[in-house]
Amino acid sequence: MLRVEDAQVSVEFSPELLNKMADAVTRYPEGKQKSALLPILHYVQAEFGWVSPNAMDQVAAFLKIQPIEVYEVATFYTMYLLKPSGKYVLEVCRTGPCGVVGADKIMDHIEKTLGVAEGEVTTDGLFSWRGVECLAACGFGPVLQIGPEYTFYENLTESSVEKLIGDLRKKKD
Amino acid sequence: MGRKLLLEHINVPGINTFDVYRSKGGYASVEKALKMTPEEIVEEVKKSGLRGRGGAGFPTGMKWSFLAKPEGVARYLVCNADESEPGTFKDRYLMTYIPHLLIEGMIVASFALGAKTSYIYVRGEMMPQIRILERAIAEAKAKGFLGKNILGTGYDLELYVQPGGGAYICGEETALLESLEGKRGNPRIKPPFPAIAGLYGCPTVVNNVESIAAVVPIINEGGEEYAKIGIGRSTGTKLISAGGNVKKPGVYEIDLGLPVEEFLYSDEYCGGIANGKRLKAVVAGGSSVPILPANLFMKTINNEPRLMSYESLSDGGFVSGTMMGSGGFIAYDEDQCIVRNTWNFTRFYHHESCGQCSPCREGTGWMEKVLHRLEHGHGRMSDMDLLVDVSKKIEGNTICPLGDAAAWPVASAIRHFRDEFEWHVTHGAEATVRNFGLAHYADPLPKPEVLA
Amino acid sequence: MKVTIDGIPVEVEPGTSILNAARQIGGDIVPPAMCYYSKLEGSGGKCRTCLVKVTKGSEKDPRPMPKLVASCRTGVMDGMEVQNITSPEVLEARKGIVEMLLINHPLDCPVCDQAGECHLQDLGFEHGAAKTRYEFDRRTFEKIDIGDKIQLHMTRCILCYRCVFTADQITNTRLHGILNRGDHSEISTYITKAVDNDFSGNVIDVCPVGALTDKTFRFKNRVWFTKPVDAHRDCDKCCGKTTLWYKGEDVIRVTGRKDVYGEVEEFICNTCRFETKKTADWVIEGPRKISHKSVISANHYEFTPLPVVKTNPVLLEANKEQFERDTRL
Repeated sequence: MLRVEDAQVSVEFSPELLNKMADAVTRYPEGKQKSALLPILHYVQAEFGWVSPNAMDQVAAFLKIQPIEVYEVATFYTMYLLKPSGKYVLEVCRTGPCGVVGADKIMDHIEKTLGVAEGEVTTDGLFSWRGVECLAACGFGPVLQIGPEYTFYENLTESSVEKLIGDLRKKKD
Repeated sequence: MGRKLLLEHINVPGINTFDVYRSKGGYASVEKALKMTPEEIVEEVKKSGLRGRGGAGFPTGMKWSFLAKPEGVARYLVCNADESEPGTFKDRYLMTYIPHLLIEGMIVASFALGAKTSYIYVRGEMMPQIRILERAIAEAKAKGFLGKNILGTGYDLELYVQPGGGAYICGEETALLESLEGKRGNPRIKPPFPAIAGLYGCPTVVNNVESIAAVVPIINEGGEEYAKIGIGRSTGTKLISAGGNVKKPGVYEIDLGLPVEEFLYSDEYCGGIANGKRLKAVVAGGSSVPILPANLFMKTINNEPRLMSYESLSDGGFVSGTMMGSGGFIAYDEDQCIVRNTWNFTRFYHHESCGQCSPCREGTGWMEKVLHRLEHGHGRMSDMDLLVDVSKKIEGNTICPLGDAAAWPVASAIRHFRDEFEWHVTHGAEATVRNFGLAHYADPLPKPEVLA
Repeated sequence: MKVTIDGIPVEVEPGTSILNAARQIGGDIVPPAMCYYSKLEGSGGKCRTCLVKVTKGSEKDPRPMPKLVASCRTGVMDGMEVQNITSPEVLEARKGIVEMLLINHPLDCPVCDQAGECHLQDLGFEHGAAKTRYEFDRRTFEKIDIGDKIQLHMTRCILCYRCVFTADQITNTRLHGILNRGDHSEISTYITKAVDNDFSGNVIDVCPVGALTDKTFRFKNRVWFTKPVDAHRDCDKCCGKTTLWYKGEDVIRVTGRKDVYGEVEEFICNTCRFETKKTADWVIEGPRKISHKSVISANHYEFTPLPVVKTNPVLLEANKEQFERDTRL
């Protein structure tokens, strides 16, 4: 259960976002607009950095479905962030083949470099990180991805991770 | 060296653009297929003996012929690009570098099935690939290969890319359809099968990316030509994703029937084990298939060399064999801990269980907790029997195959590596600092390299 | 269509599920069902307790089915042969399922209002093991109120989805649903919302365990100390046919009329369930028949002990334990 105050933060959808949502609905047959739910939640997350309850209510109204149907879907899929996260969320693959080639060490190193535990946000609000399950790049492990573009960084080493984080920090300025 | 049917032009610069792809003979199969009748195309695919490349290995032509064709009801083709089986990354590779091959296959297959709207369901994490596909679709549409009245034949087809949201279970075809309908990815209870009632309750075929792509060479060269490649009922070529501790990880297209020794050790493919180490174990078809120790993997129980084919890999059943699966080949060198790896896989299945049916929902979590205890040095001797029993209670009793997929790695690891599990119990503290080593599982064939 | 279950043949309509065919036969051969509810479309198939073995597919295609199938969602074919309690494989699988259902269940029956009419309790009694093999922390949730009349105790939930189907099909809006996935799944409204509509109370009746309970009855009494009585009233929202549960002179609970499989005959509205708790509101029809196997019937109704063949000393000896249990009361 969410705290009630989180639910009350209302957000405003930009015209571009509304355009994209309207476009998504056209891909499906008449009356099957609910199919657009997953793509639309991705758009919403790209715009706001997470999917807030208020945003989900607006999506439900747009798709003419009940809000709980959106909550059910958003909580089922792991890509949707249900609470505010860092600007860059480093998602490191932790499954078998990446584990074999050292994903655990990379995660430890990220934790040390950023100074925050899994799922927490750095004080400057820039970074958070988490381990995720297989990203289907097993030959190039360890790998991590960063949303909302989901750019991949392959064959990670401790130094390449440090460089990546450094580069992202600089990008802020 | 086998012929490349899918990846022949993969290294041509700009092959991801329409013009270059077309100049290399791309979209020829569409031109050919649209002059055939849908029944003839299905017949060609049947003749080719193509088996589903997503993991189950069900004959694609047969699946197509099961599609119900009631009057006035739309039919759908959905491409399963929700590639998330640990060890498998061939579809990502194919979509990244040669997206038009998939689109070409989708057009032919949609025509054969009479679908007017088709979807490619790509896992949400592959946003770059989604953008690549969307661009390629726009190109193909601009050139008249998609949209209304394709090549003047009167056939209309709209092709859309649908992103997933991050759920392994959506690789199961009915869960994928649920997800495509904008719902939670809970697998449906079968029957009815998608061929009767699939997407929006209409007859639907769901095929893996590689199966769809393989339709292109089948139409171009004919099903009989395609069936000449390969061995027995394993026809054609297969993309194998080689990962883990091999020297040259990557996606390789092999003729089915290639000896595993050649695949693993020749320089054309994996090039042997990285860092001069020795092979300990292999997962041959993605994390769900039984793990095999090196000696059983290289040779079957009857001492015949094992081949990369559906039949040879499953030789020996679950006792001493494994499965082709989706072709996710993971090699483990002597420094890998089987208990840790089994725990890791089980954590994956625990995380990815949809939670709909009770044996999988509760059992995967239970197995993960027991394996976690074993890996971290406070397991018990009885844990192995407990794990085998729990895996048996899950296997076959669930709605979808995820339960089986979660049970097999655990059961097979204990079957083949029980001494390593027992060592984790008897040497709990030691097991957290060093690994058990090779023992007798080692592949007897290659000579260990001398390290300088 | 003819189907044989555990050697007992029965004629059923085409489209009947194996479970419903078994219910037409009745007795011990009916597979237990925790998630299937015949009045809710789309329910079933999830809990896997009703798994059975199909040893002969049909007259046309006599091949057996390769796996155990969920009898609630598998239709019968003409000439089908099914094994339920005669198959050791089925019983073994069922034992496993019950164990799985119980590993994260709190087993707090002594303080649970559902005790005595809980399907999981019955199932555990029949198929469960005396000891658990699960040595880890059980999953827990905080109790929440969904509306002022219904309490959700998610820790006890077995995720049968019945209440979700009820909200979808019986009420006009659905505010609660299944959130998260895997063994983190929970029934919830996500953000605090009161489930409040005329038929919301039916989720209490369909819940097979004590996850959704009636707050107006909470801790009032054990069900086996109450007397069920059938009654009806003129209701403009529902059929008005209910069971009243008396303690002394007071109606302390109103529920739908549940059949031998725990399913209500007809859904009732919240006015009947929560608002009308005076005998004067109702027309009493008479005592509700309760199976003599149910603990609710204890102390209430006279019943004839099971017939024992008194002339056969071997049978008598074999039945002795059962006989003593049945006649002790």
